[in-house]
Amino acid sequence: MNSINQSGWRPTTPEAGEGSTSTFTGNRALMLEEALIFEIGSTSTTGVEVAEPAKVGSRLGGLARTVPIGLPGLSEPEAVRHYTRLSRQNYAIDLGLFPLGSCTMKHNPRLNEKMARLPGFADVHPLQPVDTVQGAFEVIHQLAHWLVTLTGMHSVAMSPKAGAHGELCGILAIKAALEAKGEGHRKVILVPESAHGTNPATAAFAGYSVEDIPATADGRVDVAALKARLGPDVAGVMITNPNTCGLFEREMRTISDAVHAVGGYVYCDGANFNAIVGRVRPGDLGVDAMHINLHKTFSTPHGGGGPGAGPVVFSEALTPFAPLPFVEKQGDHFALVEEETAGEHHGKSFGRMVAFNGQMGMFTRALTYILSHGADGLRQVAEDSVLNANYVLRSLEDTLDAPFAASGPCMHEAIFSDEGLPEGFSTIDIAKGLIDEGYHPMTMYFPLVVHGAMLVEPTETESKAALDQFIGALRSVAERAKAGDESLRSAPHFAPRRRLDETLAARKPVLVWKDPELAQAAE
Amino acid sequence: MRYLPLTQSDREAMLATIGAKTIDDLFVDVPAVAQLDGPIRDLPMHASELAVERHMTALARKNLAAGEAPFFLGCGAYRHHVPASVDHLIQRGEFLTAYTPYQPEIAQGTLQMLFEFQTQVARLLGTDVANASMYDGSTACWEAIGMARRITKRGKAILSGGLHPHYVSVAKTMAKYTGDHLETSLPALSAETDIDSLIAAIDDNTSCVVVQYPDILGRIADLRPLADAAHARKALLIAVVTEPVALGALKSPGEMDADIVVGEGQSIGVGLQFGGPYVGLMGCKEKYIRQMPGRFCGETVDAEGKRGFVLTLSTREQHIRREKATSNICTNSGLCALAFSIHMTLLGEAGLRALAATNHAGAVAAAERLAKVPGVELVNDSFFNEFTLKLPKEARPVVRTLADQGILAGVSLGRLYPDATGLANGLVVAVTETTTLEDVETLASALEEALA
Repeated sequence: MNSINQSGWRPTTPEAGEGSTSTFTGNRALMLEEALIFEIGSTSTTGVEVAEPAKVGSRLGGLARTVPIGLPGLSEPEAVRHYTRLSRQNYAIDLGLFPLGSCTMKHNPRLNEKMARLPGFADVHPLQPVDTVQGAFEVIHQLAHWLVTLTGMHSVAMSPKAGAHGELCGILAIKAALEAKGEGHRKVILVPESAHGTNPATAAFAGYSVEDIPATADGRVDVAALKARLGPDVAGVMITNPNTCGLFEREMRTISDAVHAVGGYVYCDGANFNAIVGRVRPGDLGVDAMHINLHKTFSTPHGGGGPGAGPVVFSEALTPFAPLPFVEKQGDHFALVEEETAGEHHGKSFGRMVAFNGQMGMFTRALTYILSHGADGLRQVAEDSVLNANYVLRSLEDTLDAPFAASGPCMHEAIFSDEGLPEGFSTIDIAKGLIDEGYHPMTMYFPLVVHGAMLVEPTETESKAALDQFIGALRSVAERAKAGDESLRSAPHFAPRRRLDETLAARKPVLVWKDPELAQAAE
Repeated sequence: MRYLPLTQSDREAMLATIGAKTIDDLFVDVPAVAQLDGPIRDLPMHASELAVERHMTALARKNLAAGEAPFFLGCGAYRHHVPASVDHLIQRGEFLTAYTPYQPEIAQGTLQMLFEFQTQVARLLGTDVANASMYDGSTACWEAIGMARRITKRGKAILSGGLHPHYVSVAKTMAKYTGDHLETSLPALSAETDIDSLIAAIDDNTSCVVVQYPDILGRIADLRPLADAAHARKALLIAVVTEPVALGALKSPGEMDADIVVGEGQSIGVGLQFGGPYVGLMGCKEKYIRQMPGRFCGETVDAEGKRGFVLTLSTREQHIRREKATSNICTNSGLCALAFSIHMTLLGEAGLRALAATNHAGAVAAAERLAKVPGVELVNDSFFNEFTLKLPKEARPVVRTLADQGILAGVSLGRLYPDATGLANGLVVAVTETTTLEDVETLASALEEALA
């Protein structure tokens, strides 16, 4: 590992046809290739200076490390360049419209980042004496107040780490509530076919068997089928509203009433809350529990796959079962209710889901976002996100099949399908064609109820000009597909990589870097 | 509203294109009873950047930041110096505002970083492979127990008394619903760990033994005999590391034949942040990868034969397998994994080992100094950068008294184990490279005064 690029690997330049010029480095001007840290770093290099250790004896219990770890280091300039080069191979909201349905890729305000980094928030230990962290508790309390008020619910559990973790929180509260009523024998959770994969995975994790509820032809829950399936074995339903077909479940209240009538509970997947924030309160629709993805509706950054935060709002019926710990205002003082103090007035809690207090760094960002918008701005968020999606839907329904175009206005995402594309062309070709146009593709092949689904969520932080350009690009790609343009099937052509061999990756998994010389010697 | 680019005339033009008269026409599917007629009352309206900054800064000032006080807290979250370039790099918009890399052609930056992260983590933990991160150490620990159940098809997990009590709590919560049987115990305020009793408890129904290294009191035990005993009964050894810097000085759990190693990666690159977001580390032996939860990044080639990276083995995951997935986890802790990886790259092996040496030496010096305070005993024989003191009285009020004097003295075991009277005099003290000699002296004299 001590010489540069010991593996001898060099990025190869594709022969891109006549007139193309290969380069010595494999780079193409601003498109820069970058080797792995294991190929460019060295175990003896460091970019950090550490004070000399005090001269004392070792007390490691005879377990001092004797074998090398194999961790390459880089000096600071090399490290900054390595990661800056890598960053430039990513698409991001900061670069352009990110129409990823059900993911709400909106602008991430930088004030949020600045506030989260105030030492009073960023440099505070979760186990500090409570008198030294009253401001942190106040942030949690203020955010909780907003979330409860915006959703019209009774309480909120702040500790879940992400949406799926929030789903689990909600389902565990439902299970605890049923057990408290002596109804622990209920074993079925009903989930619409159009649900996110996390819904059935969560229900199964909590020991439930999952049954699908069919959708009607107009893209909504088949209420008659749902009612027919309800009974004494049903613990609850998990419904996404607005749903993943981009539609509002008009009969949500009817569904909730029917589920409650047979003794079950209603879980709402709040992934699409952005469409209704400030305009509609799920609490008015009979929801018992709903997670809120702070990294969607409330703009905390997705960070290339996380971290998220998934607070869960509860109805009055489920509140006693909410997890620990939580912050409670007692007079002028904020207290943390943990296992120790829960017994007195929160003895039914289903327990703890995480170490410490939840995603504080996300709470400060989300509260900053909420205060910036206020009640009026958040309502405008919902309206503009819905307006933008409908604008995309109506601007493209003549070109792309829009299966639910007649089902009414869409909410904050518009759905298209691959219906009408010539044989051999599918959604993936449209998606990869969009990459060459400078866009991240929309959500593909989800929800499962639409063949070759393309789910487009522009969000409210796009201007009309940005939407018009995107519409033009998507129209152009769709028309090329319809015309049988073969070049689409090998798109993208201009990205840092062409289509990658996912089958190879799964068949012969290479999950860590191995020194090629050592690997060869081992064989 | 500064984050909303549409103008009123844009909105009107767009409504015309859509064929709607007003925005209300687009919400026609929402039942009237659920429609709010205007902004929610009793909540503030929008505010300027300056106004919000004032509000948030006032809240932040109500906290005592670790950097403003002599600071000795650990127990699962550690204060280390994070190089300035780490925070700069993770704020590059192409990392910060990217999505999960499901479109690999335009996500090679995140993917290559994850591949590097997985390799760094696997090498540090001493495992064959590692995944692309979990939410945090506590949830990774629970997921490992579930994984052991799937591998061994047994339901009894034995948790060491030295395992962080929050991790135990999380596992207990989940086990109620999955039917796992957990054997748990409290730690003893002594130099001895519970390795021997764990070995004695392993039987043919045991799926796994879960042991923290170093443990909640900072003690270090050789895991090899435990691994051998577990394997003799076809059970797995799960090792939990809450302070990864320790592995710069100590043998890795993988080296001692642990089957699954999980950890809290917060120490490296992430910062305290009042408990989150953090980054769960998870590695295992290669033969178990198909039972791992979470995302994996793998190497492959593109259509032109260039090396590239993709998310792989996703047939384990919820978006493909739905109710048959190994876990419901979707979002992970990508940006914290990036911070971990950058910090680790800046350290390199040489830097990590130097950092670990400085932490350990500082802790040894501090332990010796604090043990000289009248009435105070050092519980540990062995430790890395965290050790437990036994005070002559309950530690919890002492910690509060010292906090009133602006000293964050450590974590009292009374805070972590409120019902265990036998632990009430315990104080866990962490010392890192950020701790100065003056800090230690300040703590020693304040402790002397408080105990007098």
